[in-house]
Amino acid sequence: MRYEEIVHRCFRCGYCKLAGDYSDFNCPAYRKFMFETYSPGGRMWLIRAWLNGDIKNSERFQEILYSCATCANCVEHCVFTFSEDLVNIFIAAREELVSTGIIPPPVRDYFKNISISGNPYKEPAEKRGQWAEGSLVEEYKDQEYLFYIGDVGSYDERGKKIAKAVGNLLIKAGLSIGILANKEMCDGNEVKVLGEAGLFEYLAEGNISLFKEKGIKKIITLDPHSFNAFKNDYPEFGGVFEVYHYTQIMAPLMESGKVPLKDLTLRVTYHDPCYLGRHNGEYDAPRRILQSIPGIDFIEMEQSRDNAFCCGGGGGNFFTDILGGGEESPNRIRVKQSLQTGASIIAVACPQCAKMLDDAVKVEELEDKVEVLDIAEIVGRAMA
Amino acid sequence: MSEILKALAEIVGENYVSYQPEELFFYSRDPGLMPANKPDFVALPKTSVEVQEIIRLAKREKIPIVPMGAGLALTGLVIPLKGGIVVDMKRMNKIIEVNEKARYAVVEGGTSQGFLKSYLEKNYPRLRHSIPDAPPAATIASNVIIHGQGRLTQQYGFNSDMVCGLEVVLPSGEICNIGSSSISSDWFSKGAPLPDLSGLFLGWFGTTGIITKVGLRLYPKKKMRDVEIFVTDNENLVPDMVYEITHTEMIEDVLIFTQPLPMMFKDNHHVSFYLTGDTDEEIEFKRKMVWKALEGFIKSKDGGFMSIPPAMKGSLLEMPQTSASRLADVKKGGGFEYSGPIISVERYPECSRKLVEMSLKYDLAYSGMVRIIGRGHSMMFGFAFTFNRADADMMDRTKKALEEISYYVLDIGGVYWKPTVAEQKIAIERMDPNTRHLMRTVKDVLDPDGIMNPGNWEVY
Repeated sequence: MRYEEIVHRCFRCGYCKLAGDYSDFNCPAYRKFMFETYSPGGRMWLIRAWLNGDIKNSERFQEILYSCATCANCVEHCVFTFSEDLVNIFIAAREELVSTGIIPPPVRDYFKNISISGNPYKEPAEKRGQWAEGSLVEEYKDQEYLFYIGDVGSYDERGKKIAKAVGNLLIKAGLSIGILANKEMCDGNEVKVLGEAGLFEYLAEGNISLFKEKGIKKIITLDPHSFNAFKNDYPEFGGVFEVYHYTQIMAPLMESGKVPLKDLTLRVTYHDPCYLGRHNGEYDAPRRILQSIPGIDFIEMEQSRDNAFCCGGGGGNFFTDILGGGEESPNRIRVKQSLQTGASIIAVACPQCAKMLDDAVKVEELEDKVEVLDIAEIVGRAMA
Repeated sequence: MSEILKALAEIVGENYVSYQPEELFFYSRDPGLMPANKPDFVALPKTSVEVQEIIRLAKREKIPIVPMGAGLALTGLVIPLKGGIVVDMKRMNKIIEVNEKARYAVVEGGTSQGFLKSYLEKNYPRLRHSIPDAPPAATIASNVIIHGQGRLTQQYGFNSDMVCGLEVVLPSGEICNIGSSSISSDWFSKGAPLPDLSGLFLGWFGTTGIITKVGLRLYPKKKMRDVEIFVTDNENLVPDMVYEITHTEMIEDVLIFTQPLPMMFKDNHHVSFYLTGDTDEEIEFKRKMVWKALEGFIKSKDGGFMSIPPAMKGSLLEMPQTSASRLADVKKGGGFEYSGPIISVERYPECSRKLVEMSLKYDLAYSGMVRIIGRGHSMMFGFAFTFNRADADMMDRTKKALEEISYYVLDIGGVYWKPTVAEQKIAIERMDPNTRHLMRTVKDVLDPDGIMNPGNWEVY
């Protein structure tokens, strides 16, 4: 297994499962299950036990490995020099499971759907660009930027609305963007983190080839998960592009006043997506946008930035739902954390987070108290 | 077995009980060197009543029960030596009360050191507790049950001395309040003016009951904190230095470290002491007092103050010190273990020489970590060795070194702190027979069925 030489080095001290100020457990899987085995340290010890033959691949072991949201709280807070590799180690262990062919059925189905349909929703490619109908966004020809949407923005009902809001905002801000529509392929970020390295390689090479064929040099992504794959993983396969999350492009434009806005009297808090924040260090751009909107009363959650509590959708859990369900599911905890700020809006910058938190608001029956909106949707309201 | 599982699921909920191989593997060991032994079940209670129900079940079925905090003692105290139910307490992590003016907190039995620290910083910035240098996941109850030490130990003694009340579920299943809270709604004392019954539980490693609430004294938190290090290459002078420093009564905490790496530390003994104050003047006054107290050693060229680089100072001022955990990976192997006897400060010179001798004999990387307890009334001398978990030979050598040290420290007047089962047996053998008999009597009365963390403190 990749990283096998590191696995025994975990002391199981537990820094990994805490927030940086120790105020609470901040590992979403541990927070839900509360057995030490579901903490990053527990996972390390069990991976070693599995490699040594002390335990076998079982449904429980699979649940332990696949409930990791790859949120990187452990990477942020582990005190050892190998901390950077913690999530990589969990992904490597998943790869080993995949190589045995014995994996949780939702993970197997996810791979199957990507392989057959090119997306987890089993929808035809022709529907990929349908979200853009009635928007200002056009297909990519020779625009400056490719606006890459990803599976959730392309097919999920909530995701599609966000894609439209972001697309319209980028156009209104004067950016030259185009989408690949039905030619767009899955970025593969979740394929990789779920442990199908071969399929990820296939997707990465396919995307890189397509981008190069189209002469694409600059990419704006809707989804931080796509942003992560393009920025951090594609270079290994020869895909070096100028990659931005849409908030990074919009922040300076909003601050410059290029987008005229009216007052929006709202108390807003912001949920950091793990793949924008901890994985890529971008904490400021979304906040800069929100703070550029006149009238917004922006308030941080106690658990924010590198201490943000994951919505539970990362690591493929958005699709597999291995971490979801029950009062202690991370999205429900996160929504309750946001309520403590008194905000009426939870701003997000990721369609997966939006959907996860939306679901939690509904389950908690908090629709009259708080609304989950993508930053672009909030800006859209201020522009209206 | 399935009946017990069903009963446990009814008590804690089916999501919070396990008999799966993964949990049985993990909860059969701690990060130290003690041999593993599997529990039959792991249960995660949420309330004192659930703990009570688990104990009643264990009593009825005559199965062992092992309470667990974060499992960080390293000496195997949470390893279920005779199987049974491991009760992981960490779902019970609420801070129930902070009485600001009476300076105490009441927390549930699974509340971590880190939670309380963070809570006080946010809500009561003028209060603090004696946080140990164990990782912040370590729980308050498990720390006091092993007579842990912390940042205020030089001033106020063992962390268990700072307990101001307990709620305990007895092996009979009764929930019992200890201290002022047994009569009053206020948790200001664990004993006085009543008979102090806390001694029936503190230091007993869960063999006499499970602590479900802890009252803990809080202390003034000053606005500023600084650290100084006085270095000497003469270990014989360290007890005198400690005597002078503690005599000033100006100090928060006194730690001593000696280690071979980096080279600047080799063969030296670093007496680090912490200063606190609300103003620069206060800190400077205290600093001057301590400097004056150590003047003689400087004049005789036996010691001097070390200039502390900013990064090192930052690390030393951390609470808890993350460097204490990082020691585990010095050999890129994720392990360290120490024998930490409580012993007279006068024994520092021979302990430090023994540490070096053992490291050479067993070819191990070492660190001497010392915390002064009270005004030099005793010290915890940590004979610490790091090991590589993937190197069986190194682990074996570490075990042997620690076993040899076990006998050594008793011979020079030390008493084991959080002893392994083997050390407990040695201690019991050497104990005054009447004391041993009293311990046996206490155990027989409280836990006649021998279900509570069996294997530990077994007195025959």
